[in-house]
Amino acid sequence: MSNEARELPAQHYLNSGYSIRSWLLTTDHKRIAILYLLAVTLFFLLGSAYAGLIRLELLEPRGHFLTDEAYNKSFTMHGIVMIFFFLIPSIPAILGNFLIPMMIGARDVAFPRLNLASWYIFMLGGVFTITTAVIGGADTGWTFYTPFSTLYATTPVILVAAGIFIGGFSSIFTGLNFIVTIHKLRAPGLTWFKMPLFIWSMYASSLIFVLGTPVLAISLALIGVERAFHLGIFDPALGGDPILFQHLFWFYSHPAVYIMILPSMGVISEVIPCYARKRIFGYNMVAFSSLAIAVLGFLVWGHHMFVSGQSLFAGMIFSFLSFLVAIPSAIKVFNWTATLYKGSVHYNAPMLFALGFIGLFTIGGLTGLFLATLGMDIHVHDTYFVIAHFHYIMVGGAIMGYMAGLHHWWPKMSGRLYPEGWSKLAAGIIFLGFNLTFFPQFILGYLGMPRRYHLYPPEFQVYHVLSSAGASILGIGYLLPLVYLLWSLKYGKIAGPNPWESTGLEWTTPSPPPTFNFDKTPIVTEEAYAYPTEGPSSG
Amino acid sequence: MRNILPLFPPQASTTAGQVDLLFYFLVGVSAFFAILIFILIIYFAIKYRARPERERAETTRTFVVLEVIWIVIPLGLTMVMFFWGAKLFVTIYRPPTDAMEIFVVGKQWMWKFQHPTGQLEIDELHIPVGQTIKLTLISEDVIHDLFIPAFRIKRDVLPDRYVALWFQATQPGKYRFFCAQYCGTQHSSMTGWVDVMQPVEFEKWLSENPIVVPMEVAGAALFQKLGCTACHSGAGSSLGPPMAGIYGSQVRLADGHVVVADETYIRESILNPNAQIVAGYPPIMPTFKGQLSDQEMTQLIAYLRSLKKEANKK
Repeated sequence: MSNEARELPAQHYLNSGYSIRSWLLTTDHKRIAILYLLAVTLFFLLGSAYAGLIRLELLEPRGHFLTDEAYNKSFTMHGIVMIFFFLIPSIPAILGNFLIPMMIGARDVAFPRLNLASWYIFMLGGVFTITTAVIGGADTGWTFYTPFSTLYATTPVILVAAGIFIGGFSSIFTGLNFIVTIHKLRAPGLTWFKMPLFIWSMYASSLIFVLGTPVLAISLALIGVERAFHLGIFDPALGGDPILFQHLFWFYSHPAVYIMILPSMGVISEVIPCYARKRIFGYNMVAFSSLAIAVLGFLVWGHHMFVSGQSLFAGMIFSFLSFLVAIPSAIKVFNWTATLYKGSVHYNAPMLFALGFIGLFTIGGLTGLFLATLGMDIHVHDTYFVIAHFHYIMVGGAIMGYMAGLHHWWPKMSGRLYPEGWSKLAAGIIFLGFNLTFFPQFILGYLGMPRRYHLYPPEFQVYHVLSSAGASILGIGYLLPLVYLLWSLKYGKIAGPNPWESTGLEWTTPSPPPTFNFDKTPIVTEEAYAYPTEGPSSG
Repeated sequence: MRNILPLFPPQASTTAGQVDLLFYFLVGVSAFFAILIFILIIYFAIKYRARPERERAETTRTFVVLEVIWIVIPLGLTMVMFFWGAKLFVTIYRPPTDAMEIFVVGKQWMWKFQHPTGQLEIDELHIPVGQTIKLTLISEDVIHDLFIPAFRIKRDVLPDRYVALWFQATQPGKYRFFCAQYCGTQHSSMTGWVDVMQPVEFEKWLSENPIVVPMEVAGAALFQKLGCTACHSGAGSSLGPPMAGIYGSQVRLADGHVVVADETYIRESILNPNAQIVAGYPPIMPTFKGQLSDQEMTQLIAYLRSLKKEANKK
């Protein structure tokens, strides 16, 4: 790259207006992405604060400064905030909003005003949730199991359920918007199989948004109705069935896991080819595996209920299907790895995050097999083994992917480069801190430490101390990007249109891009990831 | 000396070893694939790192055969896991028929155990080693879950029906049990100990602990007191079906269905009599909802079960 002094473009989406109004009433998908970035970062800090409380309290078997009730509220609010207000919106609402129109050569999403409305709905849901947090928090666990949540909990369950209910509509509208955008607004020549894989994964996630979220809304509405009017849907004393709630809840909440991980997989499928300077190995398989995950993901909810009292036969069906859904994920991991073969591997921060993703996602995915295995699940169900497993997927996987994406496209979003050394350091600290936090939890779980335990037997303490030590390192790892990314906004080097020499339509625009993205509609003739390679061409 | 970095809980039941064996298999397969991926990534990342003379990647092609291989092999391995796990699942969740039965009631935030001989325990369970034990569990309020790590078993305990869990302890000792399903404020205090004793010591323990009343005797008294005999005595003109031998038998209902008269069916017939009417009898039984504690309910069931045993003897 040349060292000549670069300048930001004279007109771009960030300097098209500085008033509050120009932000709060914007219909520019890029500005809406920034609004989401701010909101989601705040929720991440809130959710992390709860995680910090939990890890601090668990340093000692008898705890020290939280009551049982405060502890229960902490893990409940940690789960609710992180899942519904950080993980689910993170990549789709920030990177998806910013990138989908740019990657497909469009001016904006299909329904820009609906897009802005989605952000307001999200914020309204957030206000309900934060209000719940301020008045003390709910204590049902993020899973709201009945009849505890309907008959016994005395905390503001309806308020926080309303927050999630409202926030869910933001997901539905965003999913709808993305599906229509991807169908209707692709640039001339951009056929389905020339699309970047990020678009495929966002398409698959959007399907889940649209088809799954309404069921979550129904389940939460039923909780509210049951609490307020005592209808007897879940109350056994009135002929209701508490297990019915679990079916409804997991019908959404299992696919929701794929909402969190599919977008990350999409990011990784962009980042690996870019920094290996090579087209992805097996494009079609990676694309189809996203759809397979979205479809099969709807059929495995019962694997959360192997010990709940559902029939042995149902358990077997759900176990079998859960093994099937593991295959498309395995395909992706193998294909990413194979992409590195004979590549020209550059160790930029996004690549380090992406390689970290593959490592952590592999461990998370493989330990999922333990939980899908019926006879094994009985022992580890509802223990720290499960906690470790899903944090490897949702923190190790989803957040590493989010970090990779944020670092990869930050120069495009901000027009500036962040300091290379600090970002690599952050990737290393996050990887080490994460493993120290969560690997001991696998052992804890097998030893029999149940989840959601404020007080625990002293023989488990050593692993809890390791885990809390790891969490403090992880915390530093997450704070670093917050600092240097903000720093880069003012002091970072000017990035130029394509600092990573990446393919993709978004990199053909100036950084930051102009409000309408492209001066004229691009015409696509190449497949995705057409990085120039050397050597005999054999197909 | 106690191991400060333990990796496994004690192995103290007949199924614990089987669960651990499956665990070793899963760890082996997972470790193989994880290490394979890690080595490949590190090897490729170093060998093919960008250098001034290799600014471009080399041209390669997609090998479909390779992709098929890495679909078929994992699929085969997961099917092994599926069948092995399913087989063990059935073993763990299908109680043998010749077990000693203990009734368990979970409530916020304690566990109550009642032995067939009447001894009542709270948050502690004494059992003899080598004896097959079947727990019949129900909750008085929310969903709980009895989890005994040393036996590698757990099961959700529901408020509306009885579920069963069984084990055979192989090592005398004290083992922790936990409530594993979040159940409210003091969830993490809903724990206790299983005391596995030599049979001789267990007999001694039984004799030292006051027998309140054996469960079936208490149940028989309750059966009289509540007036059940008026209709369920088995005399020719009875308004309700006779109770002798009914426990565990197949019952034909008025709507044509056939159900097994297990604990959950009996419980429902007492609390909600008109839900499942036995064919040939009028739906006239009053409900006993709100009049029976869960403990009294289990006593009634124990009594009906003893009638069955007598019927078998005859």
